[in-house]
Amino acid sequence: MSVDAGPRGASEPILRLRGIQKSFGPVHVLKGVDFEARSGEVTALVGDNGAGKSTLVKCIGGTYAIDEGEYIFDGRPAHVQSPRAASALGIEIVYQDLALCDNLDIVENMFLGREEVVGAARTLDEAKMELMAGQTLASLSVRTVKSVRQKVSSLSGGQRQTVAIAKAVLWNSKLVILDEPTAALGVAQTAQVLDLVRRLADQGLAVVLISHNMNDVLQVSDSIAALYLGQMAAQVRRSEVTHTQIVELITAGRSGDLGLTSSVASAVEGNGAQA
Amino acid sequence: MSTIGNETPQLRQGEEQPFQPREMNAVEYGRDYVQRLRGGEMGAVPGLIGLVVLVILFAILQSGFLSAYNVENMVIDGAPTIIMAMGLVFVLLLGEIDLSAGTASGLCAVLAAVLLVRHQVNWVVAVFAAGLLGVVIGASIGWLRAKVGIPSFVITLAAFLSFQGVTVIMVGGSGSILVTDHTLVALESASISDYMPIWAGWLMLAIVVLGYAVVKFRTLSKRRAAGLSTEPNSIALIKIAALAALGAVFIYYMGINRIITHTFLTSNQTSEGVPWIVPLMLILLFALTFLLGRTRYGRHVYAVGGNDEAARRAGIRVDMVRISVFVICSFLAALSGLVQLSSQAGVNSAQGGGNTLLLAVGAAVIGGTSLFGGRGRVIDAVIGGVVVEVISYGMSDLISGSNGPGWQQIITGIVLLVAAGFDAVSRRAGLSRQ
Repeated sequence: MSVDAGPRGASEPILRLRGIQKSFGPVHVLKGVDFEARSGEVTALVGDNGAGKSTLVKCIGGTYAIDEGEYIFDGRPAHVQSPRAASALGIEIVYQDLALCDNLDIVENMFLGREEVVGAARTLDEAKMELMAGQTLASLSVRTVKSVRQKVSSLSGGQRQTVAIAKAVLWNSKLVILDEPTAALGVAQTAQVLDLVRRLADQGLAVVLISHNMNDVLQVSDSIAALYLGQMAAQVRRSEVTHTQIVELITAGRSGDLGLTSSVASAVEGNGAQA
Repeated sequence: MSTIGNETPQLRQGEEQPFQPREMNAVEYGRDYVQRLRGGEMGAVPGLIGLVVLVILFAILQSGFLSAYNVENMVIDGAPTIIMAMGLVFVLLLGEIDLSAGTASGLCAVLAAVLLVRHQVNWVVAVFAAGLLGVVIGASIGWLRAKVGIPSFVITLAAFLSFQGVTVIMVGGSGSILVTDHTLVALESASISDYMPIWAGWLMLAIVVLGYAVVKFRTLSKRRAAGLSTEPNSIALIKIAALAALGAVFIYYMGINRIITHTFLTSNQTSEGVPWIVPLMLILLFALTFLLGRTRYGRHVYAVGGNDEAARRAGIRVDMVRISVFVICSFLAALSGLVQLSSQAGVNSAQGGGNTLLLAVGAAVIGGTSLFGGRGRVIDAVIGGVVVEVISYGMSDLISGSNGPGWQQIITGIVLLVAAGFDAVSRRAGLSRQ
């Protein structure tokens, strides 16, 4: 299995997974997955339905505990057993079904569960939160929302996605995982969100982008990791592959020299069919 | 709205400050406010408009409607409904319902009455016991809802029925228990001398207005110091002045002697001053508004009501929030029951039954609390409760004869339907602006 060295050669990936195994009862979902994500890069995670993308992300985010394998974050082995532990490391996940409350405004959503309080009575520090939220959105050059005190119910799909991403960035996170951020968006809003994704990476964050849309993946990613039936078919540089090669990695697990060797691929396929 | 092609290079220069902090002037503030109303954030506005219309209507149609005597009676009769509605706001914020609040209030009041009359305990102990029973009832309902997973409609329907039965058994054969404890009864004033002194009423108003002004200007100056956009001073002053003016009219009104017909028994007596229930309701209003609006807990209540999955992912203990709102609701129901006990100077075997609960739910919804969850404030309970009471008093004198109570219920029902309609329509207006 080929894992690319990255453009900065020596730079250590912020997240490195080795041989991750995860089963749910008899169903073996992740079969020794290797994966890495680097700061300042967009790493696309692609794969067909059921390839294990969601499971892998939930393992990274601490929703599921891994059965076996190495989880190295920022050069140190980490034991991520809960979403809280992942947040503490600086890992934030923006889920597909946007975890936003419609009835709250942008500031309230961004600080949900982590509200700033002030004084002995521990009252909410609205001014501080509003200021920080405004600064975060400004740092991401978000100019599409009129006021940070707008209710989320009044925002468009793209704006909601923007708020969800800004919420993840607010907490000095190092790795942001975006689960299908453009799935429900129109053309203009997709461009807007991809723009933001690129900007996050340019600011030095490690971004993992899960997407079914090959155009999105090819447009913004630096590195592409293709999962095939619970195994990492290949993680390659964006510049070294074509659209066709990625599609082959996703659908067959291999493409020419890339990917799983044919025997492994068919063995995996056999297992997959049994499961 | 959508701007694409934000070329990355020029974005870093800091020249584009998306949220330019600015001082709004009164006109801009008004425009902003109207926009928020149209966006579905109507809040208490329909309730307030309805209240003004109804008061004007009844004042024209009925000569004694705005007499000091009538107004005082509305306050006293409305108090139990308003206090119960304050609790229901918390439950409704989560999109839940508590059908048992009425009979729970009756049960708690009966417990207090039994302790006072049959066991001769001090009124403090009786009140404490009633409050504790409310907390236990709320915790049980909340636990069944959050941990066992029974819909709150079913749990509280079951509780509604069985509490009625317990009340009947506890009150026993005679069908009623008379309570003569002076302190408890004075709350809603059965005797004409049990009101706040006139000076105390004005002092209370001064504290409320000053407190409001201090909170308002501290918030404003803090936001200005942080460079955030603020409400203009003129608007803040208008709000404070409006509160002071309305309060002054009320206190003045309550200072008028309410004994109109002088018999030889009452010729040298006066009945004047604010009922003691008013400061109690103000304290509840202040404390609960603070809890919902200024604390993390309150924020979490709104979050769970808006999207419980999002709240769970944000690390909020959704189950605890869910249990807590039922505890608050049943505790306030117990208080409401004690207030009702005070105004009746006793309890009967149907205590808290009938449409006690429905009027309280109606009050919360008319005031602007959404039945869909996620939207509502404690003040809604007060506004809606006053509307319900105004209708009840206005109609009772307007339509005389045996059909009077029937019409009163019909009108209250229609108002509730209109309020719920506002709620549903404004919710859609908010969602369609995407």
